[in-house]
Amino acid sequence: MSLAETARPAAAGEPGTLVEVQGLDRVFDLSRPWLNRLIERRGRIRLTAVDGVDFAIRRGETYALVGESGSGKSTIAKMVVGLLPPSGGSVTIGGTDVWAGRGRDEQRRMRRRIQMIFQDPFASLNPRWRVEAIVAEPIKVFDLVPDAGRRRERVGELLSLVGLDPRDGQKFPHEFSGGQRQRIAIARALASEPEFIVCDEPTSALDVSVQAQVLNLLRDLQKRLGLTYLFISHNLAVVRHVATRVGVLYLGRLVEEAPARALFAEPLHPYTRMLLEAVPDIDMEGIERQSIAGEIPNPINPPRGCHFHPRCPHAMDRCRAEVPPRYAVGEAGVRCFLYDPDAT
Amino acid sequence: MTPTLSVRNLRVEIPTRRGVLTAIDDLSFDIAPGEVLGVVGESGAGKSITGTAIIGLLEPPARIAGGEIRLAGERIDDLSADAMRRVRGRRIGMIFQDPLTSLNPLYRIGEQLAETILTHERLSQRAATDKARRLLEEVGIPAAGDRLSSYPHQFSGGMRQRVVIALALAADPELVVADEPTTALDVSVQAQIITLLKRLCAERGASVMLITHDMGVIAETADRVCVLYAGRLAEIGPVRDVVKRPQHPYTHGLMAAIPTLHGDPDETLRQIPGAMPRLDAIPPGCPFNPRCDFAYGRCGSERPEPLDAGKSRAACFLHDADAAEAPPADTVRAARAVGLEVPQKVAEAAR
Repeated sequence: MSLAETARPAAAGEPGTLVEVQGLDRVFDLSRPWLNRLIERRGRIRLTAVDGVDFAIRRGETYALVGESGSGKSTIAKMVVGLLPPSGGSVTIGGTDVWAGRGRDEQRRMRRRIQMIFQDPFASLNPRWRVEAIVAEPIKVFDLVPDAGRRRERVGELLSLVGLDPRDGQKFPHEFSGGQRQRIAIARALASEPEFIVCDEPTSALDVSVQAQVLNLLRDLQKRLGLTYLFISHNLAVVRHVATRVGVLYLGRLVEEAPARALFAEPLHPYTRMLLEAVPDIDMEGIERQSIAGEIPNPINPPRGCHFHPRCPHAMDRCRAEVPPRYAVGEAGVRCFLYDPDAT
Repeated sequence: MTPTLSVRNLRVEIPTRRGVLTAIDDLSFDIAPGEVLGVVGESGAGKSITGTAIIGLLEPPARIAGGEIRLAGERIDDLSADAMRRVRGRRIGMIFQDPLTSLNPLYRIGEQLAETILTHERLSQRAATDKARRLLEEVGIPAAGDRLSSYPHQFSGGMRQRVVIALALAADPELVVADEPTTALDVSVQAQIITLLKRLCAERGASVMLITHDMGVIAETADRVCVLYAGRLAEIGPVRDVVKRPQHPYTHGLMAAIPTLHGDPDETLRQIPGAMPRLDAIPPGCPFNPRCDFAYGRCGSERPEPLDAGKSRAACFLHDADAAEAPPADTVRAARAVGLEVPQKVAEAAR
């Protein structure tokens, strides 16, 4: 089909890194206005949502970021697509820094190559626009198909690519179910012929039977168009199904990073192990599980040292004082002193 | 033994300007004393509305239009609002998805617990506060005595849900209706809450109706499962059977669509085509027939009743041994290939 040919000049399987995230930080200032601080004698309140995160995504791969609420996964997604400026660190896509290239033209070119699919397909589509206008918008904005008739054809192609009828373009978003709306959102994301798509919890608002449809579609499109995904999710079973590589976040830090198979077969970080242990699974009926103690601490005032130490069964004195660096274990990286080769 | 809860031919209707919608149609099930019944289904299946019908909190204009609900043998669906209020809380405890909506943000936790206890029991204020403290200890809240004077916002999500469990159990109810009790919580906290709920209800001998969309939670918690589709019963049976050997084509599709932590991650997930019908567009016959791989002639016109199917009961004609119209032979073969226990009689009659 013509779309597969036009969508991506770089063929799938091309080696090399497409996205590189280095030392990414994001601090939110939650302080009261300075006069209040002066009168109430209070200091500034800062929340470190993302703390020194590094990872790289290879072309044609799916990199998944998993974490519970407050882990910083959505903040990272926003910084990667260029919706939220980082406090420190860099994001480069295909060698261009997302946040350094300030030239308008350069930024436009960059924007075209990155697209995003959001969690809630009820909020991410304009209810007053026909589907055709929604899907055609990126094509117009980037002036990819100037001819109106040809543009309409292209929208039809995109709709059939995501499993909808080209005639659906005449309808409004409210005429579709949640799963179909997410297909429209995917068609819109594909319209600018991107090479990199950030999927922020794309199936968490959907029912299981429909979730499977969307996950299969994303996988199929990746194969056909050679797309690269950053997949954000809290659902480990879903991540296991789509990811090539997985990064596990805990309170803004990437605590473990590994090829998906390795991570699920042999999780290294105590938090990853706990998380995998906690997932309710249909294959586990009637099994009494070990409950994990504690909850995620308040990110405004996280524990010192390793953030996970108050809940960790292996915590040592060192964990309470020092922040563990990244130790390489095979193809994986883990921020835990248990893997310190020089430990005594 | 009299079941703790018995629902017979329940029908819930919602009158609208464009006609009457049937949200629940001819639903029957029992919950035995001490049993945990899981109620699953996707959004719009009618699980929550079943729960609210049982506790008598259907939001008008929705109304019970037929059938019976019995609590330990006594009818509760026709009670006056006043009488029902005494049943709720005292004999049926409730846990909802969002703990913040169940707790009053303006009252201290201790006051809310003591108030609930005093509504249902004749105790002195001091004895009620004492009982409140013991309840908080039981649900695993550290320094329970001090936390009595805290407000709901001072608790984390998991701790709030523990308080809600304490509230639900305050009057030692016979039945606890828990509607998506862990959906708003993080995975690591979910497991704690489920384990706690299960343990406390078992200790008190309370039956539980656990409503959730999460099959994983059901698989680990429930004794039996009731699967709803478009307001109707699709399948009901022991949890192990429904999960491992589903007998309704919908349940079968649902189980295969769930990504798990086992099995081959590269395998394509099974998907059910289409989506659950809206209440104003439920197809005639079996509501699942337009999405079903095994649908044949009568599925589009006749409505299947729940029939014996393996150790479960499933509302599917493939299990109808006395049918006049047998399904096509290759449908039977395909259904058997995926594990549906089509009776021998049906297979022989198949053309």
